[in-house]
This record gives sequence, structure tokens and C-alpha cells, in this order.
Amino acid sequence: MAAIGFYAVLDGFDLGVGAMHLFIRKDEHRRVFLNAIGPVWDANEVWLVIVAGALFAGFPAAYATLFSALYTPLIGLICGLIFRAVAIEFRSKHESKLWRGSWDVLFCLASIIIAIGVGVVLGNFIHGIPLNENHDYQGGAIVDFLHPYTLLVGLLSLATFMMHGSIFLVLKTEGELQETLRRWVPRTIVFFLFAYVLTTFATVIFREHMVNRLREHPWLLLIVLASVVSIGAVPYCMHRREHGWAFFFSSMTIAWLLCLFAIGTFPVLVRSTVQPAVNSLDIFNSAASPKTLTVLAVIVAIGIPLVIAYGFYLYRIFRGKVKLDHMSY
Amino acid sequence: MDVVTLSRIQFGLNISFHYLFPPLSIGLSLLLVLMEGCYLWTKNPVYERLTKFWVKIFAVIFAVGVATGLVMVFAFGNNWSNFSRFVGDVFGSILGAEGIFAFFLESGFLGILLFGWNRVSPKVHFFSTLMVSFGAHFSGLWIVIANSWMQTPAGHKIVGEGAGRHAVIDNFWQVLMNPSSLDRLTHVFLGCWLSGSFLVLSVSAFYLLKKRHLEFAKKSIKLGLSVATIAVVLQGISGDSTGRGVAKHQPIKLAAFEGVYKTDPATPMTLVGVTHPKKEKTTGISVPGLLSFLVYRNFSEPVPGLDQYPKELWPKVGVVFQTYHGMITMWVLMLIAVILTLIALKRKKLGSSKWTLRFLVFSVIFPQVANQLGWYSAEMGRQPWAVQGLLKTADAASPSVSRGQVLGSLFLFSFIYLLLFILFIYLLDKKIKTGPPTEDEKPEVEEYRDQWSTKIGT
Repeated sequence: MAAIGFYAVLDGFDLGVGAMHLFIRKDEHRRVFLNAIGPVWDANEVWLVIVAGALFAGFPAAYATLFSALYTPLIGLICGLIFRAVAIEFRSKHESKLWRGSWDVLFCLASIIIAIGVGVVLGNFIHGIPLNENHDYQGGAIVDFLHPYTLLVGLLSLATFMMHGSIFLVLKTEGELQETLRRWVPRTIVFFLFAYVLTTFATVIFREHMVNRLREHPWLLLIVLASVVSIGAVPYCMHRREHGWAFFFSSMTIAWLLCLFAIGTFPVLVRSTVQPAVNSLDIFNSAASPKTLTVLAVIVAIGIPLVIAYGFYLYRIFRGKVKLDHMSY
Repeated sequence: MDVVTLSRIQFGLNISFHYLFPPLSIGLSLLLVLMEGCYLWTKNPVYERLTKFWVKIFAVIFAVGVATGLVMVFAFGNNWSNFSRFVGDVFGSILGAEGIFAFFLESGFLGILLFGWNRVSPKVHFFSTLMVSFGAHFSGLWIVIANSWMQTPAGHKIVGEGAGRHAVIDNFWQVLMNPSSLDRLTHVFLGCWLSGSFLVLSVSAFYLLKKRHLEFAKKSIKLGLSVATIAVVLQGISGDSTGRGVAKHQPIKLAAFEGVYKTDPATPMTLVGVTHPKKEKTTGISVPGLLSFLVYRNFSEPVPGLDQYPKELWPKVGVVFQTYHGMITMWVLMLIAVILTLIALKRKKLGSSKWTLRFLVFSVIFPQVANQLGWYSAEMGRQPWAVQGLLKTADAASPSVSRGQVLGSLFLFSFIYLLLFILFIYLLDKKIKTGPPTEDEKPEVEEYRDQWSTKIGT
């Protein structure tokens, strides 16, 4: 879960920046967008690999069932990931408007596809997919997971990342461009609120099981409160030009939302729509052996502190506004 | 074609295309360390130009490597869910280590390598280059270990029954140090260094041929040649050692590689030829007793032939015989390239040896072809097993994925990869033809350095 959190907060703003790429017109401004995320997007994306890897190693049955069941949408997600990576690197390598314009479109579309795709996958965790008693996937290729609820979660994911990305851009730009981008932030917040409210209602009404744990442990409502406070703090900080704090609260919002997701789904990993009590894969019936989990714990204990340490270092070096030079994208 | 075959083709396509890039990244990263190291040591600005030029090429290669590599993380679960369930504990843990230890290291410091020239001191920047190279090598290490476990599994236990049967970790160190890990790691890394150094050799030879950027080309050809010479010689030794490892732990594979059907004393080695699996005969130029010698260090000990094993355990002998021999042929060609260049350099006639230079330019594809053929040999040679002796490939695919889905994704990937390949070659070609910045463009760097220093007050 922590890995999903890190991924969402970090690659979230990369994707948000990408999603808004086409809304800004000037070539120089588009280069600023690309260079704002330039030094960090690749490392941010690695968190997604960690999420998949952790699932593979820690809960192999869940990884296997989920990734083969969601074959078609995941292929779509993969295409998005491929094109986003390539677009960022290739885009400015040629002067031609056709070249740059095409890659701009691909970068934007790919970012949007990834953002929605990630949300759809999370939506399927909540909604569930049909599994049989052997926890094998029963359903079809597309329809079973592209229905209104999961698409709504995809929309929420996109809206969240766009809000997050727009604040990041305000942090990284200055002058006239920054003023323009400051005006975008409220619009993204509204988009986010709209998606958030809609999704919350849909979840409470149609996916009641998510609320069960909250009913059992009412103190968890504090988390709901925390998420609401975070969301409120974002426009407040933006208004007071405290952009760093706005970004902080935007990150916290993502964190709280994922907490609620985790609380609602725990301990189930791949929920079955058929006989949920028996057919679902949870952390108990799909976990790797204790020895494996120990090995993983050691790897994480050694590796993650190192990652966070030089991650901090990386962000420190690239703090401040974007400056284009001959080595930039 | 059934789902398993289509899935195999798709995985083969995914991994083959991906494997064009990481070896270049790993090899080039080593050369970048050497180039930037030379710059810091000698302060000769030519080395700075060398580094900055190759960094730009490195960035493009690295990006496509990442883009195609991401596919792999998903591919195991997408098309091979039964494999994933079976090996998840073991294979997944190794992949997790790769992500946490290696991917973050290379991607993180890549930011500084590409964009941090004016933001950190030259020593810190060099450290970043070193970290990117180390990270790239380290990620190669983990995945080769994972694959080696599939070839010679060790350190595990099999638990469960029927559909729940799977491997769990028993001794992680034994998993990592399984019988083929060390040999194959050496072999793969040398293959990567050959990829990188031959790319540098090829481009340098191109400039020498066109009589452009001469000072630049002379320095880079020497660096490329040093790495290439050491690597090609060591690769011969590594190939021998790896081959003996295969003979010991995967004898069917070796018999298939060498086209040995009958177990006879003084087993010959066919240097060049054709094998006929149906007739169980191999024809060509062969040296009696040579294979016995290479495997056992004596000329008479018989090497087990395919006759010792049931036919359903034979891989596709006709194919792997050729891929294996093709890989070795590429090595011979690389050796020739290196020797020719060394001779021309010794005579101080490299600049005018047009045919040697042309051969060098062309030689960039030798390590690429060798890498591909080597992996085809290794993977196809292991068939019908996905995990040697434990899980058959036919049982490893995803049961819930349909033929139509795989066919669809196969077409999609083929199209995307073709597009990416064309674009990649185009950009690489453009960068090479443009060449490094000349002396007059250098002031740009100083200007920015001064601007930034004033801003951050250092």
C-alpha cells in the first residue's frame, strides 16, 4: 500500500502535468512542462514497478489472477506507459512543428490513459471481478471491468492527478507562465471535487462493503475527516500563495484517499463478484510463504531507506524554477 | 496457433525488442564512466565533449529501454499467470530486489547525469554517472539471476498439490547463487560491454572515414577498443565456462546446441554445418574429439547425446543448433574486427585503412545479433521446460486469456515496436550525423555555469 501511495503522489504529478500538456500552446512553455518533470519522472515511475513487483513476490496468486484477468485494460495501460516514456525523450529532438506537435499529443494522451487506467484497476479492486472457487477468473475480456463504477474511479484518478500536477507546475514556474497556471488550479480543484463527491456517493450506495469497516471501527471516520480537511486546505493555501503547502495538502489528499481505499478493501486483494466470501483472494490465501515474506521484508528494510535518501537528494538538487538550457528536453 | 504458442511468440517479441537496449545502456554506461573519468583526470576538453555527446545518445537508448522494460513487469502476470503463481515467491522476490535496489538507483541518478551538469560539482556529477552505470549493471544482475534460476533451479522447495503446487524460498542465498548464475552473469555483462564498445567503435570509425571530428574520434576509438579487446577475449573464456556449465546442468540443451545425437567416445564438435533432427544427423565441418575436450578436458570422454533422453524432452534442435553457432560466429567476427583495428593502430595507419574502418562501422550489429541469438539459444534450448525440471511451458500460460486477446496484443506490440525502432534509428542516425559540438559551441557551457553559480551563490 505504501508503494501505491508513493507511486500516486510522485508519478501522480508527472501524469497530471502530462494531462495538461496540450492546454498550453507555446513551444517554450511546453518545454518547461517537460523539464519540470524531466529529471524525476523516471524514478517516480519506478514505484509502479515496485507495486507490481511487491504484488508478484508477496501475493503471487493475486498478481497472477489480477494481471491475467485484466489483460485487455492492462495492455492499454502498457501502451500508455511506453508512449509517455518515449514521448518525453523524443519530443524536443527535432525542430519540426509536426514532430513536436505529434509527440505533444502522444505525451498528453498517454498520460491521460495511464491516469485513468490506474484508477480503473483500483476501481476493479473495489468492485470485484468474477472468480470461481479456485480463484480463477471467470469473466470476459472487456465488459466485466469497464463499467460505470470503475470508469468513475478512473475519472477521479485523472482529476486528482491533474489537480496535483497543476500545483506542482505552479511551484516550478515563474512570471507570466506561473500566473496563467495559478488560474488553472481552481478549475482542477473543481473537477476533482466533482469526481470525488460522485465517487463517494457511488461507493457508499453501490459498493456498501467499503463502508463496513468504518461501521465496525467508527474512529476510522477520523481519516475521512482528515481527507476532507486536506481537500479544503488546498484551495486555502493556493489563495494565500502558499504553493508549497498546497502541494503538501494535495499529496496528503491522495494519501488519505488511498487510506480509505485500503481500509475499505482490507484484507481482500482480488474481490470476487461471485460468492465474495469464498472465492475472493485475500492477503491470507494468496500470500507467499513466511520465508519469502521475510526475505522481502529484509529487501525493503535495506532498500527503501536508501531510495528515500537519494530521492530526497535528487529533489533537493532540482528544487526551484525550471531553467531551460542546451541539455534540457 | 494455440494460446501457449501465441503467448510464447509475444513474450519473445517483447523481450527481444527490449534486449536491443539495456545491453547498449549497460555497455555505454561503462564507457561514459571512462570518458568522464578521463575528463576529470586529464582536464582535456575533448573528453568533456565526448561525454556530453554520448550522454545524449545514452539518454535515448535508456528511455526506450525503460519503455520496453515496463512491459516485461506486466507480461509475467498477463500471459503467464500459471508461471507467476508457481514461481512468484522466488522469481518475484528477485524482481522486487531489482526494482528496489537497481531501478531506483539508475533512474534517480539519471536525472543528475542528464540535467545536473550545472547544478552539482563535477565530482558529484561523475559520482552520478558511476551510480547510473552501477544501477544499470545491478538491474542486469538481478534479472539474469532470476532467469538462471529458471535454468538451474536451486534453494527452493516445492509445496502444495495440483493447481496449488508452487515453489517457495528455502535458502535465498542458494537461489541467488544457483549453479549457472555466475557463469551467465559474466557472459551477459561481457555481451553488454561488447554492445556498448562496438557502438562507440562504429561511430568513431564513421567519423574517421568521413574525416570529421578527428580528435574526438581518435580518443573515443581508443577507449572503445580497450573495452572491446578485453571483453572479446574474456568472452571466449566465459563462453567456454558457460558451455561446460550447460553440459553439466542442462545436458539435453548442450546436445541440442552441438547437434549430438549419438553418445560416442571422442565426441566431435561441428564448427559449421546443418543438423537434421528427423534423421538425427549433423553434417558439416567437424573436429573429432573436440567437444569431449571442451567439456571434460580429455579427448575421449563421451558427451551425452540426445539418444540418452526421451524425445518429448528435446528442444527444437534444428533451430537452437543454428542460433548457438550463429552467436559464436558473431564472436569470431568481433574478434576479427578487434584484431584488424589493433594491427592498423600499431602501424599508425588506421585513418587510411578504409576497409578496416568500413568493417568497424558495420561491426556494430555483431554484438546485437550475438546477444539475440544467445538468448534464443538459452531460452529455446530449455524447452519444453519453463522452469527446468519443475514446470513445463505448456502448463505455464494464463488459462483465462483467450487466443483473440493474445493475437490482438501481439499485433499491437509488433506495430508499436516497429514504429519505435524506426524512430530510434532515425534519431540515433541524426545525432551521429550531426556529431558533437565543435570548439565554437563550447562557450555556451561556460556561460550557463557562470549564470547558475551567481544565482546559487557558489
